[in-house]
Amino acid sequence: MNKDKRNIMLTLVALVVLFGVACFAQTEIDSYVRRIINLCLIYAIIGLSMNITNGFAGQFSLGQAGFMAIGAYMVGIFTVPVNLRADVFYATPMHPWLVNIYIPLWLALILGGVLAAVVAGLIGTPVLRLRGDYLAIATLGFSEIIRIVITNATSITNGALGIKNIPPLNDVRYIFLVTAISYIIITLLLNSSYGRAFKAIREDEIAAEAMGIGLFYHKNLAFMVSAFFAGIGGGLYGALLGTVDPKNFLFTITYNFLLIIVLGGMGSITGSMFGAIIVTAGLEYLRLFDEPLEIMGVAIPLFRPGLRMVVFSILLMICVLFWRHGIMGTNELTWEKILNFVKHPLAGFRKKGVQGK
Amino acid sequence: MEIFQAITNMTAVGLAQHMVNGISLGSLYALIAIGYTMVYGILLMINFAHADIVMMACYFALFGITTFHIPWYLTFVLTIALTALLGVTIERAAYRPLRDAPKNSVLISAIGASFLLENLATYVFTGRPLHFPDIPFLSSMISVGGVQIQAICLFIPIVTVVCLTVLLHIVNHTKTGMAMRAVSKDYEIARVMGVNIDNIISITFAIGSSLAAIGAIMWGIRYPGITPYLGVMPGLKCFIAAVIGGIGNIKGAVIGGFILGLGEILIVAFFPQFSGYRDAFAFLMLIWILFYKPTGLLGEKTTEKV
Repeated sequence: MNKDKRNIMLTLVALVVLFGVACFAQTEIDSYVRRIINLCLIYAIIGLSMNITNGFAGQFSLGQAGFMAIGAYMVGIFTVPVNLRADVFYATPMHPWLVNIYIPLWLALILGGVLAAVVAGLIGTPVLRLRGDYLAIATLGFSEIIRIVITNATSITNGALGIKNIPPLNDVRYIFLVTAISYIIITLLLNSSYGRAFKAIREDEIAAEAMGIGLFYHKNLAFMVSAFFAGIGGGLYGALLGTVDPKNFLFTITYNFLLIIVLGGMGSITGSMFGAIIVTAGLEYLRLFDEPLEIMGVAIPLFRPGLRMVVFSILLMICVLFWRHGIMGTNELTWEKILNFVKHPLAGFRKKGVQGK
Repeated sequence: MEIFQAITNMTAVGLAQHMVNGISLGSLYALIAIGYTMVYGILLMINFAHADIVMMACYFALFGITTFHIPWYLTFVLTIALTALLGVTIERAAYRPLRDAPKNSVLISAIGASFLLENLATYVFTGRPLHFPDIPFLSSMISVGGVQIQAICLFIPIVTVVCLTVLLHIVNHTKTGMAMRAVSKDYEIARVMGVNIDNIISITFAIGSSLAAIGAIMWGIRYPGITPYLGVMPGLKCFIAAVIGGIGNIKGAVIGGFILGLGEILIVAFFPQFSGYRDAFAFLMLIWILFYKPTGLLGEKTTEKV
C-alpha cells in the first residue's frame, strides 16, 4: 500500500512538473517548436487509443483515421465563429439548423469523442465478430466510408473543400492537460479488471471466454474507448491545424499511429508515449531530406520532396523486421524501475545471475 | 418504385453500355483478386502490397513505352516479368523473415511494404498523374451496334478467361499446383511430405504478380491516369472480392470480382445521386457477406481449434 501511495504521489509531482514545463514552453519557445510539441502530445493520445484495441485487446483495427475525422469535424463544424461561417461555406450554404450553433472547444472535443464512440459501437457490432486480417480490412473500410460520407455531406461538412477559420489552438498547456487526463483515464482503465480482461482476450480468446469473460462486450468496450480518445485526438488535431479537410484523414495517416505503437511496443502505455515523441519529432526533423542538400557546392541529387516518406517507411519496415517488440515490448516504465536505476545506475549492465551478491 | 422507374428510363443501348463497363471492370477486379486469394490461401495473410504491385506494373509499362521506346507488345512481356520479380522480392524481403512470427507482425510488415512502395513511387515518379500511352487499336473507341466502347473492353474479359483457364490448369493438373494445394491445406504436413515450402510460396507470388501485371496493363489502357496511389482502392476492393468469393478459392475470387465490378457500375447507372458513394459499395458488401456467410460464396467451412 505504501508503495502505491508513493507511486501516485510521484506521478502527480511529475505531472505538475511537466505542466510547469508546458507553461514555460508556451511563453518561451517559438511557435514552430510549440507546434511540434503539440503534435507529439496529440499523436500520443491517438497512439494510446490505438494501443487499447491493437496492443491490449489484441484486435487489429485500422480505423483510427475515421474516428479522428469525426472528432475533427465536430470541432470544425461547431467552433468556427458564427460570423465567419458564410466565408467557409461559400459553395453550399451550411444547413440552417447548424448555422447558429456555437459550441466551446472543450465541449466539442467531448462531443466528438462521444460521437466517435457511438459510431464505433454501431460498427463494432458486426465487425468485431471478425478476427485478425478481416478485422483490419473491415475497420479500414469503415474509416474510408466515414471519410466518403463526410466528403458527400456537403451542407454539414462543406464536402471536399474542408472547413477553414477554426480558431487555431497552438497552446501547449491546453493540449498537455487533455493528454494528461486521457493518459490517466486510459491507465486507470487498463489497470482495472477491464484491462486484465482485454489482455486475457489478447492472449487467447477461447481460453478467455472459458474463464467467463464476455468476449463481445469487452471487445466492443475496447473499440469504443479507443474511438472516443481517437475522436478527442482528432478534434485537437483539427484545432491545431486550424482547418479540416477530408484528405487529412486518408487511411495512410493511420500508418503513423501504427508505427508509434509498433515502435513503442504493442501493449505498453509508456511505450506509446515514447513512440509518439520519437515518430512525430522524427518525421518533423526528417524534413531535411525533402530539401535540396549541397555539400561543398555540389548538389546531392537524391534529396528532393518525397525522400522523407521513403526513409520513414524504410524505418517502419526495419522496425517490424528486426525489432518486433519495440522499445518497451509489453512492459511499462514504472517508478520502481526508475528508482532502481537512480539507486544502481549500472545494475542493468550486470549479468542477471550476479545480481544480489 | 424508384428502381423500376430508373430501369424503365434506361434504354437498351444505355444498359448495354453499362454492362460492358461493368464486365470489363469486373474482369480487372477478378485478375487482381486472384493474387490476393492465392497468397491468402497459402500464407493466411493479406498481401497489402499487392495493390502497389499493380501500381508499379502500370509504371513499368508506361516507362517502357514512353522513355525506353520499346515496342508495346515487348513492353508488356517485360512488365509481366519485372512485376513477377518484384512480387517475389517483396516476399523474400518482407514476409519470409517473419514466417514464424505472430500474425499481426506479418500484417504490419505487409502494410509497411505497401507504404514503402507507394512512397518510393511518389519519390521516383513524382505524385503528378502521368498519362498511360495510347496503344494502337486497343485504346481506340469503336462502335458496336450503337454502343461506343474502347476496344480494350472487348479483350479484357477474354484475357481474364484465358488467364483463369491456364491458372486452373496449373493448380489442378500439374505437380507444382498439387504442391500449392497441399501447402494451403496444411503447411506443416506439406513440409514433412517433402514439399519445398519456400519455392512454392515464391511461385505463388510470381503467378499472382504476373496476373496483377496483366490486370495493370489493361487497367492502364482503360483508365490512363497513373498515380502512385492508383492501386489502393482497387486493391481493397479486390481483397473484398476475394473474401466474397471465399478466400483461398480462385473461382470464387473471379466471381467476387464480377459481382463488385458490375455492382459498382450498375449502382451508379441506376442511382446517379449515389455516385459519390460508389467506393462504399464494396465495403458494405464485405460487411454483409461476413455477417451472413463468413466463409464466402464458395468457401469451405472451418472451425477454430484450441
